[in-house]
Amino acid sequence: MTSPSLAPFHRKQRDPFALLGLAVTGFTTAMILLILAVILGSVVVQGLPAFSWRFVSTIPKKDFFNLESAAVLPMIVGTTIRVLVMTVFVMPIGVITAIYLTEYANAASLYTRIIRAAINNLAGVPSIVFGLFGLGFFINFIGKNLDDLTGATGPSFGQPAVLWASLTLAIMTLPVVIVATEESLKAIAPGLREASLALGATKLQTILRIVLPNALPGILTGGILAISRAAGEVAPILFTGAAYYMADLPKRLTDQFMDLGYHIYVLATQSPNIEQTSPILYATVLVLLLLTFSLNAVAIIVRARMRQAMRAGH
Amino acid sequence: MGLKRGHQARPAEWIAEKLIFAVSLSTITVILLIFVFVGREALPVVFGKTNSALIQKIVPAAEINTLKPEELREYLGLTREQFREMDRDTLIALMESREEGNNDIPEAFRTDPDAQVDTTEWRYLLRPHQWKGYDQPEYIWQPVGTIHKYNLIPLFVGSLKVTLIGLLFAVPVSLGAAIYVSQLAPARIREWVKPGIELLAGIPSVVMGVFALLFLATVLQRIFGYQYRLNAFVAGIALGLTAVPLIFSIAEDALTSVPRSYSQAALALGASQWQAAWQIVLPAALPGVFAAVVLGFGRCIGETMVVLIASGNASTLSWSLFDSTRSMTATIAAEMAEAVSGGHHYRLLFLLGTLLFAVTFITNFFGDLIIHRLKGKLEGRA
Amino acid sequence: MATSVPAPVAPDSTESGLPSGESRPAIIETQDLSLYYGASQALKSISLKIPEKLVTAFIGPSGCGKSTLLRCFNRMNDLISGVRISGNCQIGGHNIFSPEVDVIELRKRVGMVFQRSNPFPKSIHDNIAYGLRLHGTRNRSEISGIVEKSLRGAALWDEVKDRLHESALGLSGGQQQRLCIARAIAIQPQILLMDEPASALDPIATMKVEELILELKQDFTIVIVTHNMQQANRISDYTAFFYIGELIEHDLTAKIFTNPAKKQTEDYVTGRFG
Repeated sequence: MTSPSLAPFHRKQRDPFALLGLAVTGFTTAMILLILAVILGSVVVQGLPAFSWRFVSTIPKKDFFNLESAAVLPMIVGTTIRVLVMTVFVMPIGVITAIYLTEYANAASLYTRIIRAAINNLAGVPSIVFGLFGLGFFINFIGKNLDDLTGATGPSFGQPAVLWASLTLAIMTLPVVIVATEESLKAIAPGLREASLALGATKLQTILRIVLPNALPGILTGGILAISRAAGEVAPILFTGAAYYMADLPKRLTDQFMDLGYHIYVLATQSPNIEQTSPILYATVLVLLLLTFSLNAVAIIVRARMRQAMRAGH
Repeated sequence: MGLKRGHQARPAEWIAEKLIFAVSLSTITVILLIFVFVGREALPVVFGKTNSALIQKIVPAAEINTLKPEELREYLGLTREQFREMDRDTLIALMESREEGNNDIPEAFRTDPDAQVDTTEWRYLLRPHQWKGYDQPEYIWQPVGTIHKYNLIPLFVGSLKVTLIGLLFAVPVSLGAAIYVSQLAPARIREWVKPGIELLAGIPSVVMGVFALLFLATVLQRIFGYQYRLNAFVAGIALGLTAVPLIFSIAEDALTSVPRSYSQAALALGASQWQAAWQIVLPAALPGVFAAVVLGFGRCIGETMVVLIASGNASTLSWSLFDSTRSMTATIAAEMAEAVSGGHHYRLLFLLGTLLFAVTFITNFFGDLIIHRLKGKLEGRA
Repeated sequence: MATSVPAPVAPDSTESGLPSGESRPAIIETQDLSLYYGASQALKSISLKIPEKLVTAFIGPSGCGKSTLLRCFNRMNDLISGVRISGNCQIGGHNIFSPEVDVIELRKRVGMVFQRSNPFPKSIHDNIAYGLRLHGTRNRSEISGIVEKSLRGAALWDEVKDRLHESALGLSGGQQQRLCIARAIAIQPQILLMDEPASALDPIATMKVEELILELKQDFTIVIVTHNMQQANRISDYTAFFYIGELIEHDLTAKIFTNPAKKQTEDYVTGRFG
């Protein structure tokens, strides 16, 4: 029985475009990773020498361009306080908006589409415009009116402060929280809601007792991502509360504050001797990156654990 | 039994649900508020109610009664609230100080034609003007100094330049990486490359600006050998780097979401991995890829810190990519601290902000429209 | 249908692979073919011969490995990571697992139609033209000619000839599947692999696809995986029954369904398990 012959398929015909395509895309990928490595590497290598316990735990003198008097404690405190206050505002609003969108809204209605358009737009607004908004609305409108209402002698609310910077950031990170919360709400099997309703629970009870607790990891992830994003932003706080120098740590919501990102900017652009300031600059960057990356890492771990738990069916 | 159809809520729950609905208005409210409160500070410029000329018509304090209240308020440059709070004596004192200020102006400026130009008028904001001491009409933004020169064009061009460079760099690079990671890379490599690239997103823009200032600027100058160390090119590349993680993750998502059946069909017909990716998967992912580019554009044009630190900040008009340049965003950031609240400089900076907001709003709107169209074509609806 | 086939003799047909008495040559031949997904074995030492220009059906309960075996023939299993293969498979006399084999050329000769129709989001014309352009045909009129021929061959031409440039996604499920068949035969493979091609279709569309298969076998060798035993009975010349990765019986369809040699086969085709 002779086998029918097929045209041989042994000659390997190399498609030149395929090779080129692979090479080019692989190259771009490698390039991105390389640049990332260079950035992180140079920050670590050049920042470690100036990085010390004293550096992160004391208040600097006014001339913080010198190694001896440079320190970042007030900046760490300032950044931390402003993101915490921001969280207080952004989480409730973001989560409730997301609950409305997933549980109550009619997906095709005009109102829902407008909300979604608003969220998309909000996510695209330039960060400096948020700063202007903070100045024009929070400080000049709400702040000034608050001062009038409380009969303050000098400007108290009507000036840059932690409160206004945090509110500005809250508005900026609202889309992040909404999207993350929506994702986690959608990930809950509809069967769970149906089971609760079938037992006679009301919609609100179902949301509060079944849906929200299950969505908690995703909501937390959203909050952490919002914090991580806000910690590194400088443009929105330029006119709403960041200060060049303060002798004390901020104590009240109406105080101004020093900030890691803003300090980096100051060190980079206003140093009289960039050679001398350079190690301090890198060390400050190192502190900021440690902060944002560890937050991101926590968010990723929480998200991964959440996905695992869901797959295993708790 | 009285079982009614539909969703009946008890009173406390009814209130709670109304509250939820009210909170859902938050994003729409915020967008409107931004529009209103940023725009409102810029309105006087739009309506021609500001005047930045050095020499202006002076009304002597003695003639205060010849002016109607509204005219007096505008002459003194006060807002309505400020005007209301002041009594007659204060107003007279203000007028007198205006007269004194006018008398203090050095003789040299009185005959200077430049001193009488109100550059907040639209014809000066957008068109070149022949200033004293220059060879030809120029577009100049120079708010500081006795004579204020305002013109928006150098700032528009500056923003456009860095955005263009940023996108020209970021889009091919991000797309290439997205295609590689999504379609060509073996699973082991994809596992750590994808999070690695997304790590780039965790780098704040101020850090990227510093990286550009200290490292990138030197490297690029050595490679390309141009004159100014900090310029549109350096800032543009750094800007592109901040946009890369954004464009990459959305494009990669879009590519991975293309049903695997398409690439399986292509492979079964004898296509190579690359051919399947380039000829079938990428076109099918076009709406998502386009969305990524639109978002990248928005990111670039709205970015502040990178340009502030790395672009050189010269606010003159130049089409060269290698000249020091200034963007709209950097201008606002750098100059707001020195602008007198309520003054013409202040209002012009808010005008810049309103324009930025309008640009991103319009970009988003048309971007969404086009994406909708593209999706329709793919699904056979066109 | 095969012309002169003497009444099948009882010897255990799985030993030699090809049902004894079959006069047509074997175009696909496997010897002790085994496949592992990581640690678990999906195909256990399969040896069979598939005759040329006839329809061979693979039947068996879910998970028995029939689709996996099918996908070996055009090496689509290469796309799954962690797959290990041992044993031999020869198509047209050449070992397809040899390292010198160009997978792309192999897939030109061994075409595949999938369970769920997967036309590209392109026009009907371009769906078919894609495969042609891939393999070097550039001339527009030549392409158009082949497009028409393939659509006629897939019994779809009359229904779509006026809308060749409209999106393929606008066709009904049955039409899309016939389009996929047209797309596969356009590049003129010798073998057509069909993985449950009608399982997602309604009865009328299924009937059309089955009629098509009976016509196609004049030009192509067809191997079809199917869950539907009546379908196998209707359209195939030979049937192979698989169970948990093993080839249990391979013989003339008529014999498998009326007088199978193994009890397991009998239990399956009579519906005692499935």
